[in-house]
Amino acid sequence: MELVNLLCAGWSGVVFLFLYLPIVLLVVYSFNASELSIIWGGFSFEWYEKLWNNGPLIDATKNSLIIAAVTTVLSVVLGTVGAWLLYRYKFPALRALGTLIFIPMVIPEVIMGVSMLILFTVVAVPLNAWLGTFTEAEFARGFATIIIAHTTFCFPFVLVAVQARLAGVDPFIEEAAMDLGAPPLKAFWLVMVPYLLPAIVSGALMSFTLSMDEVIVTFFVTGPESQTLPLKIFGLAKKGLDPSLNAVSAVFVLATAVLVVVSDRVRKLNR
Amino acid sequence: MQAALGAPDTTGTRRPGVIGWLMMTPMLLWLFAFVIAPTLILLVYSFCQRDDLGEVVYVFTWDNYRRIFFDSDTGAFGTTYLTVFVRSVVYAGLTTIICLIVGYPVAWFIGRAPESRRNLLLTLVMIPFWTSFLIRTYAWITILSTNGLLNGFLQYTKLIAEPFEMLYTPGAVVLGLVYSYLPFLILPVYGSVEKLDNSLVEAAFDLGAGPMRAFQKVILPLTQPGVIAGVLLVFIPAIGMFAISQLMGGGTDPTIGEVIQNQFMQARDWPFGAALGMTLVVLFAVAFWFTSRHQSVVEN
Repeated sequence: MELVNLLCAGWSGVVFLFLYLPIVLLVVYSFNASELSIIWGGFSFEWYEKLWNNGPLIDATKNSLIIAAVTTVLSVVLGTVGAWLLYRYKFPALRALGTLIFIPMVIPEVIMGVSMLILFTVVAVPLNAWLGTFTEAEFARGFATIIIAHTTFCFPFVLVAVQARLAGVDPFIEEAAMDLGAPPLKAFWLVMVPYLLPAIVSGALMSFTLSMDEVIVTFFVTGPESQTLPLKIFGLAKKGLDPSLNAVSAVFVLATAVLVVVSDRVRKLNR
Repeated sequence: MQAALGAPDTTGTRRPGVIGWLMMTPMLLWLFAFVIAPTLILLVYSFCQRDDLGEVVYVFTWDNYRRIFFDSDTGAFGTTYLTVFVRSVVYAGLTTIICLIVGYPVAWFIGRAPESRRNLLLTLVMIPFWTSFLIRTYAWITILSTNGLLNGFLQYTKLIAEPFEMLYTPGAVVLGLVYSYLPFLILPVYGSVEKLDNSLVEAAFDLGAGPMRAFQKVILPLTQPGVIAGVLLVFIPAIGMFAISQLMGGGTDPTIGEVIQNQFMQARDWPFGAALGMTLVVLFAVAFWFTSRHQSVVEN
């Protein structure tokens, strides 16, 4: 058994090397002065400077941040309220609903992408005819459709996180608040929300990261004005090697690592 | 107010009152509009036709499904699309098996590590888990491409004279998939290993079982829920993934995700793309049913 444990430890070392070596190389070579990735031409911030002046890339980053922020807010509201309702009420139809919520979590992204694409296309014609009767605004694929799609697969993650926290709650604290005269919504807001906060925060961080990273569904529901950062990276990576891509990736990896550590802290509070 | 919210009772059912239903409405609408409706429309589209301009005609036809399974000229069973399905299943299956073999010992190691070190090790798995797969795929492109790091290194050390094609091969696609999905397997398996009661393992050894036998008879059955969750978490996204196969496969041997994407974006045959998508969904339903049945057999 000692030998087995030793072998597992050694093997884990190899696997961690496999997981991290490509990322480390990517980050190291983002500081390479040479255009050719093979040759080390000395240390340089050249690619980061180019990144800073790369208008389309900065715009795509802004788009992604806006989309991720709105998605997170919507997901937190839908997920928290949803989890609370599934906890508060119990009847057969609602149980079926609880299963339905898992569909966006398990369905392959490509299926979700194309089905949303069809939905938005089918809806666009009558919706625009109706909108046209009183406003200039038009429904087209863009920010709104991306946010809808992202929220659809993000809010179940918030819901599951909050549900896990609710499983350990004393059902009487909320009723006590109501017995003491708080209206149900106030009781929910003053008693439940603070208790659920760690789960909500960790669900929110998850939604934000998922939305920031998503490319497959986004690919189908995006419009000409709503290029996101992952879509931009996908387009550049298709063309081949590009040192500025190394620099974007390095920034992205650092941001992710920070988010992971922060949400780990939050999860500890959750216990 | 209590009545409006739905009075709690002890029979196990609690029905919402007016306010409860009002709070439930947004979620119900959202699920109906963006989960149920798209799936139904996809199903309807898969039985529709398409005119010469690529517009969808709402006339019922089986043709889209026939085109997937039967050759349009000879009527014989078997088409390039079936080959694509088989290829995707093979890629995803290989990825899952490799992830399992590579990841299980790591999950075991983390689960058995002393509590103080476990958190650090978990964070080490979480960081790649949350890092965009695009970036991690791009990292491998910089290593494997003909003017990439590995070819450069091999030429520099005079192991090879000319760079050779490592990217744009089936092997590269599977490598990319394994690299992206390995953390998805390690995490749930770790969850099961951590819960494993050590005394059961020790009992197996005390009763004279060797490491292999203890693993087969005690450890594997007890960690099976984590293994099944991990297998599903790897297999499902791997089979529909088109970005990795597009970036690392070079498009010569497309996977089903790439073909569906192509039908919707370039070929503009949405009904046929929808039929391919529905076939994939059915494939998943079968895989789910199979794993859940397998699970209940073992539990019995």
